[in-house]
Amino acid sequence: MSDHHPTGFTRWLYTTNHKDIGSMYLWFSFVMFLIGGAMAMVIRAELYQPGLQFVEPNFFNQMTTMHGLIMVFGAVMPSMVGLANWLIPMQVGAPDMALPRMNNWSFWILPFAFTLLLSSLFMDGGAPNFGWTFYAPLSTTYGPPSTDFFILGVHMMGISSIMGAINVIVTVFNMRAPGMTLMKMPLFVWTWLITAFLLIMVMPVLAGTVTMMLTDRHFGTAFFDAAGGGDPVMFQHIFWFFGHPEVYIMILPAFGVVSEIIPAFSRKKLFGYSSMVYATASIALLSFIVWAHHMFAVGMPLAGELFFMIATMLIAVPTGVKVFNWVATMWQGSLTFETPMLFSIAFVILFTIGGFSGVMLAMAPVDFQYHDTYFVVAHFHYVLFPGAIFGTTAAVYYWLPKWTGKMYNETSGKIHFWLSMIFVNLTFFPMHFSGLAGMPRRIPDYNMMFADFNMWASIGAFGLGLTQIYFLITLVIAIRSGKKAEDKQWEGATGLEWDALPSPAPYHTFSTPPKVD
Amino acid sequence: MAIRRKLIAGIASLLSVLLSGGVQAASDLNMRPGVTETSIGAFDLHMMVVWVMVAISVVVFGAMIYSFIFHRKSKNPTPATFSHSTSVEFVWTIIPIIILVYLTWPAVKLLVKMEDASESEMSIQVTGSQWKWHYKYLENDINFFSNLDRTLAVDDPNYLLEVDNMLVIPVDTKVRFLVTADDVIHSWWVPDLAVKKDAIPGFINETWTNIPAEHAGKIFRGQCTELCGKDHGFMPVVVKVLSKDDYKAWVATKNDERIAAEKAAAEAAAASWDMDKLMALGKTTYDAKCGMCHMPNGLGMPPTFPALKDSRIAKGPAEGHIDIVVNGKTGTSMAAYGAQLTDAEMAAVITYERNAWGNNTGDTVQPADIQAFKAGN
Ligand code: HEC
Ligand SMILES: [Cu+2]
Repeated sequence: MSDHHPTGFTRWLYTTNHKDIGSMYLWFSFVMFLIGGAMAMVIRAELYQPGLQFVEPNFFNQMTTMHGLIMVFGAVMPSMVGLANWLIPMQVGAPDMALPRMNNWSFWILPFAFTLLLSSLFMDGGAPNFGWTFYAPLSTTYGPPSTDFFILGVHMMGISSIMGAINVIVTVFNMRAPGMTLMKMPLFVWTWLITAFLLIMVMPVLAGTVTMMLTDRHFGTAFFDAAGGGDPVMFQHIFWFFGHPEVYIMILPAFGVVSEIIPAFSRKKLFGYSSMVYATASIALLSFIVWAHHMFAVGMPLAGELFFMIATMLIAVPTGVKVFNWVATMWQGSLTFETPMLFSIAFVILFTIGGFSGVMLAMAPVDFQYHDTYFVVAHFHYVLFPGAIFGTTAAVYYWLPKWTGKMYNETSGKIHFWLSMIFVNLTFFPMHFSGLAGMPRRIPDYNMMFADFNMWASIGAFGLGLTQIYFLITLVIAIRSGKKAEDKQWEGATGLEWDALPSPAPYHTFSTPPKVD
Repeated sequence: MAIRRKLIAGIASLLSVLLSGGVQAASDLNMRPGVTETSIGAFDLHMMVVWVMVAISVVVFGAMIYSFIFHRKSKNPTPATFSHSTSVEFVWTIIPIIILVYLTWPAVKLLVKMEDASESEMSIQVTGSQWKWHYKYLENDINFFSNLDRTLAVDDPNYLLEVDNMLVIPVDTKVRFLVTADDVIHSWWVPDLAVKKDAIPGFINETWTNIPAEHAGKIFRGQCTELCGKDHGFMPVVVKVLSKDDYKAWVATKNDERIAAEKAAAEAAAASWDMDKLMALGKTTYDAKCGMCHMPNGLGMPPTFPALKDSRIAKGPAEGHIDIVVNGKTGTSMAAYGAQLTDAEMAAVITYERNAWGNNTGDTVQPADIQAFKAGN
């Protein structure tokens, strides 16, 4: 019986099944998304008007810090791992991930890591309050006692991510069905393979950073303390050596998702498959030599500033190739606009806008004006919300029929899309303007001249918050009482999961490898 | 007829209001060009990129929208089958490279200019600390702290952008700023001058500005732009620009003020103060300089900022209390106030802490005690 599976709580605790683990990752990331979102609501409520209304500045800083950490490490990254778990084995024709027990462990670390991190909110001195970038010495000498729990939490998340990445790499290299050559793999698998390499390269660097913090705090070292011969700027170099590739870790899998969905609803093959693969690889390689564009104001030598400026601008080339390829895929296709397609199109447009502000930020002499203002906040929310999160949302709508055997309600999906589209822009577009007008980021109170932009952003944010509840309801209704999905729900869908498997995909799939030609 | 004319006039005035509102709004939406050569250079570069990006959007989003309309399934039931084209892919790799080169060239030129602080005519050391700026004029014997003016109401146009002492600089002079910090990283930003430099403890960064003569008398406002703890949002940067003559006069006044203040401080220190006078000055000093961490009610925000009510130090021997206020405590945000407060303020604030909030030690600390402590220090 291929569909036999254990029941009850132990099914989930002991499971080594990639589908169960994928589901747990996705639900976990959704819970984190709601918690991180609730913190964003606190931030936007405080910023709705000038003046301090709801929270103290110190608590405000805890909110911005925790919001960032939870969204990056708790919502976006695990959601991508969830998609990888569900899809990669099915897309390469493997029975499961290569290292299923490790897979179980890498998931189950996360709830503990985040319980630890969240518990710091209730500790003496409060949660970490130094921003998700935790620059030294604010986070070392001046950090609250809970910083040590933050360090342990980051270590645990890092271990989880590294194990997840190893699993993806081993699965892709060893478990492909006969005939599934590398250059036949779906683009989602490719982007995840490259992401996994990025993870393995940079998560240890993050672990190193927090370990150095720990020894600076408690064991008398002075890595980041000038008084002891160290250098606070070195912290930033190490942090961003992790942090910049991290940005691509969050977005590359979403590139893969839309590269699957756009061809399906254009009923046309992906334009420039191999150039997509090479562009992804070049973005990943370039991501290692641009880190200091986050640090133009620290007083680098001119030569350094020039190098990081030019290298950063180069990233626009492979990124442009990807965008042009998506547009060319739609060109002369036979387009329909179901929910996954709508989210993917919004992804392409809004991510491109985020890319534009990225090029602006790359230009060092103007970056001095944008740096650490709301313009940067607008930029990275454009690549993260309508980028990474719309990508995941599109994936959920697209593969839900395959995962659950149930269809969501198309009207609900479209309403969800339009609400998201309106509120995302209402929230984040005005932030460009408050940044250009000179509003620094991470401040709990501001001058009247920024008031209108902040009010709009807050209204948008509340709408966006409610929209997520609507999304949850749409999903739950679909899963419990959705119409039965077809095996190949989408006319233009391609790939083993649609062609060789029923909907819902049985608990065990491809116990004997499929034939790929 | 009359009604129609009125209507037309009404519509016309409405339109003109809308139009001017629109123009006004458009300028509110954009970056400000600022007043220096570099800030205007940055603004021009900003506009150049904006227009390039708008042009690219028109092409890319235009193609997408064309597709949405003409290549939808109802219009185009059989999709084309092409899936690559080496020549097209080559073209759209080359064109972005050309655009980038076009953007990079002016950026490089501007950057080289911005980073050249040589041949400056005067230097000011800017030191950030939680949560104020300290300005030290290296060529003159002038230095002062610049704290947020906390008296302004939310609807004041300068709310959070006003300080007790502004930085004053002359026009038409290349002024070099040496930026550093005492505790955590801060960042000193004045948008209209396009000067933003991180203030890093233990390191000194260099930057500069040169403001054209026509801006004499103007005041430029900015804020700290690197998260530096609780009151990061409350440490503005305010720069006042004076004509060269006014600046000379200002330097002279500052010198006189300093001499007068030194004399007054010496007199105050020589006098013996009674409890009421110490408590009164102590409370003002405390609320202005210490309350943001130790809180006006003395309860602090433990464990980051200790309570002074019932504190072992505030109720213990005066010596220890004087020591921590004069010398601060390295590695914590408790700064050394020895050079920031006069001996009288110091004595007053310590006396206040020893007797407020029910501490009731009954001691007074006299300015003379502070002098004696510093002498033996
Ligand atoms: C930027 C925040 C900050 C400001 C402003 C500040 N302090 Fe402190 N203060 C601290 C911290 C942090 C400590 C704890 C140092 C330690 O770890 O021992 C401290 C400790 C003290 C103590 C010792 C308390 C104890 O029981 O250990 C006294 C007394 C004190 N401060 C007085 C003052 C006075 C007087 C002022 C104003 C002139 C002032 N502080 C301003 C942060 C501040
Ligand atoms: Cu600061």
